[in-house]
Amino acid sequence: MNVLVFAEHQHKKFSKIALVALRAGQVLAEKTGGTCSAAVLGTDVEGLARELAEYGVKTVYAVEHAALEHYVADAHAQALAGLAADKGFDAVVATASAIGKDLLPRVAVRLDAGMACEITGINDDGTLVRPMYAGNAIATISIETPRKVVSVRATAFDAAAKGASGTVEMVAAAIDTSALRMKFVSFNETKSDRPVLTEARIVVSGGRGLKNGENFTTVLEPLVDAMGAAMGASRAAVDAGFVPNDLQVGQTGKVVAPELYVAVGISGAIQHLAGMKDSKVIVAINKDEEAPIFQVADYGLVADLFKAVPEMKDAVEKMKH
Amino acid sequence: MKILVAVKRVPDPNATIKVRPDGAGIVADNVKYVVNPFCEIAIEEALRIKEKQGGAEVVLVSIGGKVAQEQLRTGLAMGADRAILVASEDEVEPAVVSRVLKKLIESEQPELVLMGKQSIDDDSNVVGQMVAEMLGWPQATFASEVKLAADTKSAVVTREVDGGLEDLEIQLPAVITVDLRLNEPRYASLPGIMKARKKELKEIPLAEVGVNTSPTLKVHKFEPPAKREAGKKVGSVEELVGLLHSEAKVI
Repeated sequence: MNVLVFAEHQHKKFSKIALVALRAGQVLAEKTGGTCSAAVLGTDVEGLARELAEYGVKTVYAVEHAALEHYVADAHAQALAGLAADKGFDAVVATASAIGKDLLPRVAVRLDAGMACEITGINDDGTLVRPMYAGNAIATISIETPRKVVSVRATAFDAAAKGASGTVEMVAAAIDTSALRMKFVSFNETKSDRPVLTEARIVVSGGRGLKNGENFTTVLEPLVDAMGAAMGASRAAVDAGFVPNDLQVGQTGKVVAPELYVAVGISGAIQHLAGMKDSKVIVAINKDEEAPIFQVADYGLVADLFKAVPEMKDAVEKMKH
Repeated sequence: MKILVAVKRVPDPNATIKVRPDGAGIVADNVKYVVNPFCEIAIEEALRIKEKQGGAEVVLVSIGGKVAQEQLRTGLAMGADRAILVASEDEVEPAVVSRVLKKLIESEQPELVLMGKQSIDDDSNVVGQMVAEMLGWPQATFASEVKLAADTKSAVVTREVDGGLEDLEIQLPAVITVDLRLNEPRYASLPGIMKARKKELKEIPLAEVGVNTSPTLKVHKFEPPAKREAGKKVGSVEELVGLLHSEAKVI
């Protein structure tokens, strides 16, 4: 299959997830005997396309149109599906990020394609692997339509490495602007000096055991920063209003797979485990020794977190010196 | 105004789902079924808009087995006005669900369609977007706040996206899919439950809706996930940090 990868960028910068989508696209092309190309959408994106062309892709399409200045689903779906149809691609691939999830189903409809969501693997026979039921069932599926659309879980593939240089082709997107009914208004970025949650080497997450939002700041954050970690939270902590939803790790939040995951005051509900159980090393700190989180933890500490977390912060800092 | 809300019957999110030994599906016996949590939030938002607007009608739609009547009754007890069940005893994949919803939306002509951002069984997160594209409508996914314009011709929706919150303006009619923090769904009151019994619940067999029901995906098998073994309990923070350094080598 000849694969077209949608390379997502934030304000003209690629994050790791663009390269992850590219790697997944390359694997799909290799296993089904085809080529892998990519598309960058926006205004003035030739530079970005040139950057991406270094990563072993056949062609990078720099797709430009004034309506693509900000990400909006309707304009982007028209442009991406139009390009894929025009150039005769068999498959469109993107990361299952907020943008990927928002965009790809519309592209699938426009291409009359079946869509496989948030896949975690590609088998040698071209079948795809995807978790369902909060990761309690792993399905092997295939897309039965001639054209295929696939979103991939960011933690399941490596980032593409630099390779042979591809060509860059400028494309003026064909967009029917009279059909557009969506307008970007503003983006309120969560300011943080910490690593991005889905890309961090260490994640420290807090749950309802922290009791309130203030304790996230005064108790958990010092440990997060001492470890150079990203901060996460359980759905229970988000539901209780302790922290914003973009910190949520779990089935309905973000899926992470860091080298070290520290769960603090998190009981380990099924839906939370779905978002972190592929972490390399899991630590659980909880005062309830029956908490399900201990069943997946490599190291469990039954303790009062309000005592253990500051101690751990001190111990980590001492180790660094 | 008319608001259509999609409702799905799913296994209780707190139930542990197991794969059948033959790999053909999941063990369905003794599993409690509920309204998909995100759908509940969508129903709640529709009811709040109705209460604010006055005169709005909230119509629920579900696609599933006859047993899904139970979940539609729950929504009616919360305060929705009537419900439609598109009955199919076979699993219906998201793309087919989208075609059915498109057809119903064309005949019901709501100004607003609300649904959950994902169902917690299939975990696909596609139906709202597919329906919107099929209709040529705008969409606002992952909504954490919905502000309807006074003339109800447009809305500004705050969306939960990677790295922050986005405000998006959409013209109605539109599809909005809801995220966790949009609202806290109400419980059905006893009078609500009594009233729900008398509300209209129309059943249409899937075959009579008039859409292409051939699936786009094929599931070959289900397998249980790789099991993760519990490790060791440590006695102190000191021991923990020591092991993370010397044994796990992660700090």
